[in-house]
Amino acid sequence: MTDAASDHLPHTDSPHTVSGPIGHNEPRARARRTVAGKGRYVDDIVLPRMLHVAFLRSPHAHAAILSIDAAEAREAPGIVAVVTGKDMATQCTPYAGSHQLFKRLKAPDQYPLAVDRVLWQGEPVVAVVATSRALAEDAAELVDVDYDILPAVTSFERGTPPAVQLHDDIPDNIALVEQLGTATVGEDFPGADQVFEAQFRFGRITGTTLEPRGIIADYEPREGALTVHCSHQCPHQQQDIFARHLGLPEHKVRVLCPDVGGAFGLKQQLYGDEFAVCALSIMLGRPVKFIADRLESMVSDNHARDHAATARIAVKSDGTIVGMEVDDIFGIGPYSQYPRSSVGEGNHVLRITGAPYRLDDYRARLTMVYQNKSMIGHYRSVGHPVACAITEGLVDLAADGLGLDPADIRRRNFVRSSDCPRVSPGGIDMPDMSLETCFDAVVAAMDLPALRAEQAEMRKKGVYRGIGIAAFVELTASGPEYYGPGGNRITSQEGCHLKLEPSGVVRCWISVTDQGQGTDTGIGQVVASHLGVAMADVRVFSGDSETTPYGGGAWASRGIAIGGEAALRAATALKANILELAAVVLQADAGTLDIVGGRVVDRDTGTERMPLSDVARIGYFRQDTLPPGVQPELSVVRHYVTPRGRKFMATNGVHAAHVEVDTQTGIVRCLGHWVAHDAGVVVNPSLVEEQIRGGVVQGIGSALFEELRYDDDGQMLSGSLADYLVPMASEMPEITVLHVEGTGVEEELGAKGVGEAGVAGSPAAIMNAVNDAIAGAGLGQRIHTLPLSPERILGALGKVPGEL
Amino acid sequence: MKAYPFDYIRAESVDDVLSALDRYGTEARIIAGGQSLMPMLNFRLARPEVLIDINRLAELSGIEDRGDHIRVGALTRHVDVARSPIIARHVPVVAEAMTHVAHPAVRNRGTLGGSLCLADPAAELPACMVALGADLVVAGNNGRRTVPADAFFMGMFETAVDDGEMLIEVLLPKSGPGTRSAMDEVARRHGDYAIVGAAAVAEMDGPAFRDLRLVYFGVEDKPILARETAAALIGQSWSPALAEDLKSTLAQDLSPNDDSQASSAMRLHLADVLARRLLPRLADPDGPHPSRTENESVSR
Amino acid sequence: MSDRSYSVSMTVNGEVVNANVSARTNLVDFLRQDLELTGSHVGCEHGVCGACTVRVDGRIMRGCLLLAVQADGQSVETIEGMAGDPLMTSLQDVFVEENALQCGFCTPAMLLTAHEFISRVVETGAYRPDRDAIRDTISGNYCRCTGYQSIVQAVERVLIQYETAPTKAPNGAPNPGSDR
Repeated sequence: MTDAASDHLPHTDSPHTVSGPIGHNEPRARARRTVAGKGRYVDDIVLPRMLHVAFLRSPHAHAAILSIDAAEAREAPGIVAVVTGKDMATQCTPYAGSHQLFKRLKAPDQYPLAVDRVLWQGEPVVAVVATSRALAEDAAELVDVDYDILPAVTSFERGTPPAVQLHDDIPDNIALVEQLGTATVGEDFPGADQVFEAQFRFGRITGTTLEPRGIIADYEPREGALTVHCSHQCPHQQQDIFARHLGLPEHKVRVLCPDVGGAFGLKQQLYGDEFAVCALSIMLGRPVKFIADRLESMVSDNHARDHAATARIAVKSDGTIVGMEVDDIFGIGPYSQYPRSSVGEGNHVLRITGAPYRLDDYRARLTMVYQNKSMIGHYRSVGHPVACAITEGLVDLAADGLGLDPADIRRRNFVRSSDCPRVSPGGIDMPDMSLETCFDAVVAAMDLPALRAEQAEMRKKGVYRGIGIAAFVELTASGPEYYGPGGNRITSQEGCHLKLEPSGVVRCWISVTDQGQGTDTGIGQVVASHLGVAMADVRVFSGDSETTPYGGGAWASRGIAIGGEAALRAATALKANILELAAVVLQADAGTLDIVGGRVVDRDTGTERMPLSDVARIGYFRQDTLPPGVQPELSVVRHYVTPRGRKFMATNGVHAAHVEVDTQTGIVRCLGHWVAHDAGVVVNPSLVEEQIRGGVVQGIGSALFEELRYDDDGQMLSGSLADYLVPMASEMPEITVLHVEGTGVEEELGAKGVGEAGVAGSPAAIMNAVNDAIAGAGLGQRIHTLPLSPERILGALGKVPGEL
Repeated sequence: MKAYPFDYIRAESVDDVLSALDRYGTEARIIAGGQSLMPMLNFRLARPEVLIDINRLAELSGIEDRGDHIRVGALTRHVDVARSPIIARHVPVVAEAMTHVAHPAVRNRGTLGGSLCLADPAAELPACMVALGADLVVAGNNGRRTVPADAFFMGMFETAVDDGEMLIEVLLPKSGPGTRSAMDEVARRHGDYAIVGAAAVAEMDGPAFRDLRLVYFGVEDKPILARETAAALIGQSWSPALAEDLKSTLAQDLSPNDDSQASSAMRLHLADVLARRLLPRLADPDGPHPSRTENESVSR
Repeated sequence: MSDRSYSVSMTVNGEVVNANVSARTNLVDFLRQDLELTGSHVGCEHGVCGACTVRVDGRIMRGCLLLAVQADGQSVETIEGMAGDPLMTSLQDVFVEENALQCGFCTPAMLLTAHEFISRVVETGAYRPDRDAIRDTISGNYCRCTGYQSIVQAVERVLIQYETAPTKAPNGAPNPGSDR
């Protein structure tokens, strides 16, 4: 294993120097357990007298519920309860995915189960609780729901009055229209020599976590306490929701998120079926388990993307980009997701499009529409891949139109480090950018001139290869400025609780959560480094709303960027407390002491004075030897909230894709992929690299394979993994990840978020590479519709008819 | 999801199976490898009253060289077909097809007979049977009968196996000195069912086609023998000029399905592409085959 | 509708297990729910994702595409039962070192697939697989977290280790080379 820490490309001189495990490829404690099959996922948990629920889901995309007859089901073997939406609605208060920064957003109330109308195929209608899942499914078949089928809204065409209305008070089915920029969409671009326009289409996709959603709710009636085990990213958020909407005191709601088998933003919201499980446990006074099966995952997990955008780029003849415009229609399904609202993805498209470039004339419009399809929610890299593909598709279009090299036009228009601090026209604060450094790193790693030469040679032989480049600006580590004024009860702080145990080892509880990213390990590295102890002497716990400090969990790439800073502060504070106590014992000045390798040493000479075990022993067991008034504090909690006014920690990166298009079959082969990414200080290179690679693969999935297709009646056509094509190892390329350590971070740790980077740029890079192979060789038109299926590619090549 | 309840019978002999079929009629389903039936059961799309498990029928397993043909028992696992030196030597088209079939864990359990009886229109093995002109042996209470592959596959998930019958074995003609075969397919991902695929077995007179069985799968509801296309090629040596006419004869042979996976036009296009890739391989197995190139129809 | 039970006897991770199972219970549900062997995971129940892969009579198979009643009289091994196997131990160690897993949900099955692959290569010694061959082999196992590259890297490392030291061939490895 190479220690990639040595391969870092400094963007500027790094001010961050700390000894200890930061920067090393520390292995993950959790991984040692999970390779042995000792993972503990929700479905692995069995509680005494636990019941199982199966949901009867709507077979129709849009229908009125006329009646529900559950008499026969209630008599079926093993059945404990059959609960309809009307029954369920009495158990909780409704919820709406509003956001006060977008006051015009129309967000109708939702209930856990459909009450009198179903708005998508797969919406839960009736909960059937039994002693086993199989028996619950048997009985669910006996429930007779009488539907009046209504026409479904499945497409979004601007300006055409909808034939059907989803919500009573929203006659046009439009959830929100939002505009920003220096001019109105459609206006001329002053100062431009040429304007290029393209239509972009992004298919519906979904995170497809390998572990399906799952929850066990365990209500103890005598205590009035609800304990929930769920596969979720945000335990404190769920604690707040369950308490408020079920009318429970918050300190009697505990949410545990054990090992989570993939989340990717999909496990970040409230789902009606999961909420219903909590209510069922309260109703029945017994533990109730729900594990989504794959068929219901496909229709009930939040989907993402589903955008249709018209976009323009305005350039001067010399290749200077002067302006950009995006007009995005975003289908969000039947409701706005709760508690974060569904604005996030559209808002990101609005704000990040064009961001890597030094343009000032920018206009953007977002139209969010309700549809009779599954809910749209947050999925990894929310909005970034859409904004990046639009931006980079336009840049390639302009390069082609002006006869410029796609690399050259980018290099000359990037926001440079010297342009920063800058606020982009979309409102992104850029304290510093390292796009040029990232770009140069990618170009060098892939040897772009050599690949171009090879491409030209291969073309002569009738082999069509393409190179696609995509730069992106990435919003990580969300601060309090989005959900705070939005009125959404989503905390942006993270916390860390450290306790020195009597033997001198350290327990660490954190509010950020770990779904496999290695957050626990990264935090451990921060604590070990800043406290001065060995990794082996720090044990990290997360995913429990009762025992960890209050915090956000996992969202928007915050684990190390924010959680790490909280850990750094906790470690620094604990270190000060330890040294203060040691100073008393040693009758020394605390300022002359340090902790290195688990020992108190003289700061200047490094001479050992006493091991931490001795400090702890005295602090816990020999207080009698301490002078009066000395209070050992060997446990500390620290929290961290990002600087006021900073909405995000903006960073950036560059992707390049190398592909070969079989122009006869439309099959794309990925030959190589490169990513240079600015994560600031990299705490654990191997964790960052494979997380980025995983993101690249998800992005390639959305670019080439994954698409949730519906028919005109709103019936999903890709409802299983046989139809919804997730990337497999065979089709994926080797992916080179390059670290660029940029600045512009106020935090002492100096780490930026990394979770979005892989997904953010890979679809755009693949799209541009395919277009380079096809249109670049003069064989066909450019395609801006994802995924780039064989049929769409053959269509672009004029070999089969069909819409692009 | 969990399967709908059913009863289970473990058969110990072919007679066991036949008597159970006789007793339960259409309420019974035979399970071999189960790699396609089990998802149907798990999703409650198949609801037999009784499942007849034939996995212990050793007599249905194995690959045997019987002189002029190879006998493969219906219960022979994909993995064993794929790794068989007998198959590789005498029925190379099947060996080639196996490289496209699913993934290790599925190949370890799935069976040849199961694939053939499922008769998925996009599956490789039924098309290979038709291209080879294989004979399929079916047993029923009235004894055994041999069904030529041409007549075995009747439609989507539909075969000539009647109620009360089961597939016993497959008899594959051995490759002769002039026999050449090849198969190829277009699939989104390795191991997936094909969008379109083709298997071809030819008897060659030097460079000329003496006989050709070019069979498409994934195009219609069952494997389709491209008779007109083959007829146009018989007696001819492969040349790029022949490629020019393929699409028009293929259009006579094929009425491709139009569905969410691919349009009819796309399937016809891919059928043409596959023919252009396979036929030169038959004509000159040692020659260079720039299969991914745009100008393959121009020159080699 | 009949949901009667069938008595089965099988060897699971070397121990004889006698149980009554409903015919409709698939093998992975039986292992997880009845035997509390939760190292095998359920990801799709239609044989696509590969997370439920277990070994039956020495060959890897989809635990969701087998009925528990079908395993009567057979030997079933799960990740838990492979704990003492030297090749599996190497794979597990190298997977951790290479960070070849994130959430870990796919990992036990991925390890069983890699184990069978390397066992066969060592057994047959017939060819030296490249990374593409590793990718083909593990393509029946979805991973949504990694970019597959660290998994390929880990499998390749262990493969090279075993290829260059064939005396270390795993004990009790299956004999997938036999042509029945």
